[in-house]
Amino acid sequence: MTSIIYNKTFDEPEIDKREILRYAGVRGEAELVEALLDDCIRESSGRLSYRVCYREIDLNSTLPAFLRSDSYTLKKNLRGCDGVILFAATVGIEMDRLINKYGKLSPARSVMLDALGSERIEALCDTFEDAIRMEYAELGIGVRTRFSPGYGDFGLSAQSEIFELLLPEKKIGLTLNKSMLMSPTKSVTALMGISHI
Amino acid sequence: MNITKFLKDNIVILDGGMGTLLGERGLMPGELPERWNITHPDVITDIHRAYFEAGSNVVSTNTFGANSLKLSDEELEEIITAAVRNARLAADGVENRFVALDIGPTGRMLKPYGDLDFEDAVEVFAKTVRIGVRCGVDLVFIETMNDSYECKAAVLAAKENSELPVFVSSAYGEDGKLMTGATPEVMVAMLEGLGADAIGVNCSFGPRMLRDVVREYLTLASVPVIFKPNAGMPRVDGGKTVYDVSASDFAREVCELVKMGVSAVGGCCGTTPEYISCLKQNLCGLKPVEITEKDRTVVTSYSKAVSITDIPVIIGERINPTGKKRFKEALRSGDMAYILNEGLSEEDDGADILDVNVGLADIDEAQMLIRAVKELQAVTALPLQIDTSDAAAMEQALRLYNGKAMVNSVNGKRESMEKIFPLVKKYGGVVVALTLDENGIPERAEGRVEIAKRILKVADSYGISKKDIVFDPLALAVSADASAGTETLRAVSMIKNDLGAHTVLGVSNVSFGLPLRDKINSTFFSAALFAGLSCAIINPHSQDMMGVYRSYLAISGLDDGFGGYIRYAEALVGDAPRTEAQAVSPYGEDGLKRSIVKGLKKDAARLTSELLSSKEPLDIISGEIIPALDEVGVGYENKTVYLPGLLMSAEAAKAAFSVIAEKLPASKSDTGMRIAIATVEGDIHDIGKNIVKLLLENYGYTVVDLGKDVPRESILEAVKRDNVSLVCLSALMTTTVAAMEKTITLIHQEAPGCKVIVGGAVLTESYAKAIGADAYGKDAMAAVRYAEMLKRNN
Repeated sequence: MTSIIYNKTFDEPEIDKREILRYAGVRGEAELVEALLDDCIRESSGRLSYRVCYREIDLNSTLPAFLRSDSYTLKKNLRGCDGVILFAATVGIEMDRLINKYGKLSPARSVMLDALGSERIEALCDTFEDAIRMEYAELGIGVRTRFSPGYGDFGLSAQSEIFELLLPEKKIGLTLNKSMLMSPTKSVTALMGISHI
Repeated sequence: MNITKFLKDNIVILDGGMGTLLGERGLMPGELPERWNITHPDVITDIHRAYFEAGSNVVSTNTFGANSLKLSDEELEEIITAAVRNARLAADGVENRFVALDIGPTGRMLKPYGDLDFEDAVEVFAKTVRIGVRCGVDLVFIETMNDSYECKAAVLAAKENSELPVFVSSAYGEDGKLMTGATPEVMVAMLEGLGADAIGVNCSFGPRMLRDVVREYLTLASVPVIFKPNAGMPRVDGGKTVYDVSASDFAREVCELVKMGVSAVGGCCGTTPEYISCLKQNLCGLKPVEITEKDRTVVTSYSKAVSITDIPVIIGERINPTGKKRFKEALRSGDMAYILNEGLSEEDDGADILDVNVGLADIDEAQMLIRAVKELQAVTALPLQIDTSDAAAMEQALRLYNGKAMVNSVNGKRESMEKIFPLVKKYGGVVVALTLDENGIPERAEGRVEIAKRILKVADSYGISKKDIVFDPLALAVSADASAGTETLRAVSMIKNDLGAHTVLGVSNVSFGLPLRDKINSTFFSAALFAGLSCAIINPHSQDMMGVYRSYLAISGLDDGFGGYIRYAEALVGDAPRTEAQAVSPYGEDGLKRSIVKGLKKDAARLTSELLSSKEPLDIISGEIIPALDEVGVGYENKTVYLPGLLMSAEAAKAAFSVIAEKLPASKSDTGMRIAIATVEGDIHDIGKNIVKLLLENYGYTVVDLGKDVPRESILEAVKRDNVSLVCLSALMTTTVAAMEKTITLIHQEAPGCKVIVGGAVLTESYAKAIGADAYGKDAMAAVRYAEMLKRNN
């Protein structure tokens, strides 16, 4: 395992309004709701950051405990891999500030901003995943789709160890609280298996 | 010699990285480096010694992550003691080798966005400081801070538990801000206010990337500036980690900033004794640049700094119960949304700072003030002016405030200065000083200026300089004394010109007792601005006042390119009802009902007030609002209306209700049933809770909102105190359902008549039953239906 934790800041990924509406529970036509969404996008514009920190772990080295766990999901996802890329991503505290600001003042807006935040963090992860996949393809290494603690039987308890390995508090301002929740909330930790093709 | 003295005459060389070197010596990823103080003391001492020998004057103990959140008290004591010993051994008793107690962030986020309480954070840092002081360190070095609030907690802890010099350095992102938004200007103002001895920048990037941030520190700071960057960015080369800035480039780039005035330099991640040795060579022959007093008057929030300069600053006066019935009611019932809305609308109308006064005879002012400050800081980035005559409340608010606040106020009475100045000295702040004393307010301007001079002298004896004082020469009612206006104006210009100090006025007092007060106020305001007024406490909603302000800036050459004035004018001209929808008649086609169904807040409010001229309030509720809510509610249940739509309607209905509430005594629309709502302990999700609250209020219930992360005892207390018959609990995580179960058990035991309904993503009907809930709310409408059922059965 190399000791480097890389840090990347991305440009704003393209916004997918349909996806945001889907997160907000909208399943059909909703003109006025879309106007609200546009307003939310305007208000958050320029206030979000798109930060990722990551490191590569060689599966043939001494492994951290969570990678040695019995999780079926984890094993299945990493079958045939010789390494993983472990990463943490966040769109920053401003998203929480916006969601919280309207919690008391306008729950409709708060719900919409929450959906926007969910879409933003997933878009950031997609962007990061694509960038890594491209980078590794040049080296002849395949990269699998990300998966996170909380998927299947891959427990949230892995979070504290992931945080010790990535130091995201320092790298991207992402923290973990007592109940394994992350702040800022619109954040993801995940891993992607890698294998030589 | 002590480090502060040494810093005066020398460029101080700090040490370089620790983590990178430990990695080379076998520290595993994920392993706590601080434990090596005990397991590998020789390695740690060797590294410290290598830095001293390379030229460092100060080494930092290997205690970056040593805190009581990660370690038991015993282990913390053991690790810090060993760490200080290891560093002391390396100093070898040689003169001018200093040992700094290194303190890094806790790794946890403070409330409201995380779960660490501010005072708990202070205590975490205090534990580390107390041990370090006992072990005999020479200074405290708080470093790599990326949140202003946590940084404030650390500095307070250091100041309260030691007499040692405190150095503070923060980690900036490529946007030139801390992770939680603070700019260099915010940090400089806050940290100088708290009495830090040296402040600056470390980690993040190589020296070149951080150059602009450091320059900003040099422009703004009146204390020595620290610079301790990384050796650039890491990459792997031949299986080894290398950093992209070489020792010689590093030294050259850092030295450029020393020439501009940086006083203490070293390295962070990736730097080694080689870097320090190069740095020392490059520094050879350089003399420290003299540090000048910057004389800037700055108040800040956690992300925004407002500096008081030639451009006058608007302080919004609306968060104040004096003469406002509805505001008083909101304070008594703890209706924070009302107060927050007041603040946000002042921000919209152009306030730079918000005055916060929540004093009322029959409420606990300190408690309310703290709550208001916390909640306002959660919704607005504007700096606040804490306005209270209760010194204890002032202290608590200043302590918890995230940033450097404005303090309202002190005056020339000895008692007032003795109470307020120590607070300003300890917590930092720009204090409003009223020019009155034991003999009252002098009639003539000269008398007020005399008091101002005396205040300055006393402030100086507390170590508070003129730049942190803004004088209020007091606007008095012209109706009582015809010369009052001109004397105040004279005082403004004398304080500005003779004392070189800033001024502030609560402008609207001048018109007391007269009709059309805005006319008098705005004329007086205009004159005061031309007399040199620095800040005005006014109503930013007043078009007369803001018109004067914008015009003054334009006329005085303070509005470059007239951009501000033109934007103001455009907003004013375009202030016709916003194009929320085409105009709807309140009578035709169920006007009000339609606007609620469609979720048009402004239309709903306007149509309600139009309807009130011809219809009884209760008829509007039963004939328009309730049918609209029912239509949307049924649509939601049938999945033809979606959650955001449901909420928009609920908000429109709320807007209609608040118009009606002004006409209707509260008791008439009240259903008489009291409901408490909370997110359970350990859980900080509150969107769902807020939704349920909004809908219940729509249906006429009085809802006591207890917030999020609420201990079960507090919920029970509220049930008993407020005579609550239904409690709604929300939990979003499997881990917090346990807290929910305990809460239910406690309520059923201690308040048997009270029902409990639960909801949240992880719950199901059967799960809810299993933990003893009386009902399960699959969504917000289900909670309303359950409440309606309880009401019918009562």
